[in-house]
Amino acid sequence: MEAVKQGSATVGVKSSSHAVLVALKRASSELAAHQKKIMPIDKHIAVSISGLTADARVLSRFMRTECLNEQFAHNQALSLNKLMERVGAKMQIATQRYDKRPYGVGLLLAGFDEDGPHIYQTCPSANYYDCQAMAIGARSQSARTYLERHLDEFRSSTREELIRHALRALRDTLPNDVELTNKNCSIAIVGKGEDLSIYDDDDVNPYLEGLDQEERRGGAGGARDAQPPAAPTAAAEEDDAASAPPPPPTDEQPQGDSMETD
Amino acid sequence: MAVPGVCLQDFPLWSGGPTPGHFYNFPGNSKMNTGKSHTMYPSTSGTSVVGLVYDGGVMLAADSLGSYGSLARFRDVKRLFKVTDKAALACSGDIADYQFIREVIEQKVRDDVCGGYTRELNAGALHCWLTRVLYNRRSRFDPLWLECVVAGYKDDEPFLGYVDKIGTAFEAKEVATGFGLHFAVPMIREAREKKQNLSCDEARKLLTECLKVLYYRDCRAHFKYQLADITPEGVTIHDDLNLKKETNWEVANYISGYE
Repeated sequence: MEAVKQGSATVGVKSSSHAVLVALKRASSELAAHQKKIMPIDKHIAVSISGLTADARVLSRFMRTECLNEQFAHNQALSLNKLMERVGAKMQIATQRYDKRPYGVGLLLAGFDEDGPHIYQTCPSANYYDCQAMAIGARSQSARTYLERHLDEFRSSTREELIRHALRALRDTLPNDVELTNKNCSIAIVGKGEDLSIYDDDDVNPYLEGLDQEERRGGAGGARDAQPPAAPTAAAEEDDAASAPPPPPTDEQPQGDSMETD
Repeated sequence: MAVPGVCLQDFPLWSGGPTPGHFYNFPGNSKMNTGKSHTMYPSTSGTSVVGLVYDGGVMLAADSLGSYGSLARFRDVKRLFKVTDKAALACSGDIADYQFIREVIEQKVRDDVCGGYTRELNAGALHCWLTRVLYNRRSRFDPLWLECVVAGYKDDEPFLGYVDKIGTAFEAKEVATGFGLHFAVPMIREAREKKQNLSCDEARKLLTECLKVLYYRDCRAHFKYQLADITPEGVTIHDDLNLKKETNWEVANYISGYE
C-alpha cells in the first residue's frame, strides 16, 4: 500500500460514453526520461500504474494474454468485469501464499465494453473497485476532492470536457511551482466508437492548452489571482473556503528511493 | 514430504534421466508407442442437421435418431440444445462426443452465470470456441467426431455457423451436415432464389420439407425431429415433432419385393 502512495499520481474518469486516464510521469533524475505510466492492454483497455513498475509490468503482461486468449478463442473483446476477476484472483494468491509477496502496485484501468465505459481500481490487497472516477498515487487526495466535487458533471461530459476534468484533477496533486507539461503528462482515452488512444509528448498539447490559466482549487492552496476563462463546465465558484487541507509533509517523495516507484 | 505441493519435478535431483514412478524412454529409441489408441470411428451416430437464417431469426432442425450403424437404435435422442438465449447448438456424428461437448458447454455457461458476468455466451463466440477445440483435438489425433451447427445471434445480427470434426468452420445463411448438404441446402437455395427474405412460417415449412425429403432418401433418418427457433427474444425448441403423417409411402407398393 505504501508503494502505491509513493508512486506519482494518476486519475481516471468516465462519462456515459468515454473513459479517460491521465497520469503524471516522473523522471528519476534530470538525465532520465519520464517513466511511462499508461500501458495499453487491448484495443479497448488501458491501465495506469502507481507503485512498483516491475510488478505492474507482470500484471500488464497477464492482462494482455487474457485479452488475446479471449480474442483467439471467442473472437470477441474481453469484458472488463471478466478481466478484473482474473486479475483479482491472481493478485489474491500472492497475499495468501507464504512464499510470495503482494503485488506492490495500484492500477487504474479504463476500458470500454458492451456495458459501456468502466474505470476500475485495484490495490495490492487484491481488492478491485468499480469506480465512476478515481485518483491514486502521491497527493491524490486533492485530486479525489476535485473529482468528488464535480462528480455530477462527469456523466454528461463531452470527450474534451472529460479530459479537461481529469487534467484539472491531476493538476491539483502538483505542488504550487510545478505545472503540467507535455513532458510529464500522459492521456489515454477509449470510448463508444473509438479505440484506445494514448497521448504522450506533443500529442498532449491540444489538451493542455489554456489549462495554465485556469485557477487552481484545493491541493497545495492557490494564491493565484488569474480569473478562470469561460470554462466549458459549470464549475461551482464557492469552493475557495472549502479547499482541501494541504497535504501532510510526509507525503513528499523521498529522495534516493531505492525502490523504483513511479 | 514435509512441504505439500513440492515434488521432484520442481527440484530435480538430476536431469535427463529416469523419473521415479514414470515411464522412461531410453535415448536412441524412437518414441515408444504408449499403447494408447484413440477411437477413430463413431459408434452411435446422428444424421443430418439443417439450419437457415430467415427474416427475423434463425431456425435449426434435426431428427431424433441415434443409429448404431444401420440399426435405428435410439429413436428419441435429442441432438439439439439451447446454450443461452442467444445460441443453440445441434450436432451430427457421434452421439457420445455430442453429449460430452454439451456438458462442457453447459459448464461454461454455468461458470459465466456464477461469475456474475453480464454478457452471456453468444453464437459467434461459441462458434469460434468450438472451432478451436475441435481443431485442437484433431491435431492431437483424438478428434471429437462431430459436425456441428451453431445458430443464434451475435451482436444483434443473426448468426449461423458450421464446425467440422477437422476444424473446418464457416458462416453461411443456410447450413447443413451430412446428407443435408446434398439434399437440403439446394432446396433452401432454390427457395431463396424465389424470395430473398423468408418469413418465420415459410422458413418452418421449408425446413420441414427438407427433413421430409431427407427421411425419404437418407437411410439413417427418422420421422421424429426437433426444431429450434432463435429470435431476438430467445430460443424456443419444439420437441417431439413428427412428420410421419405427412409422408406418402404408396410408391413402396410398386417396388418388387416389398410386401
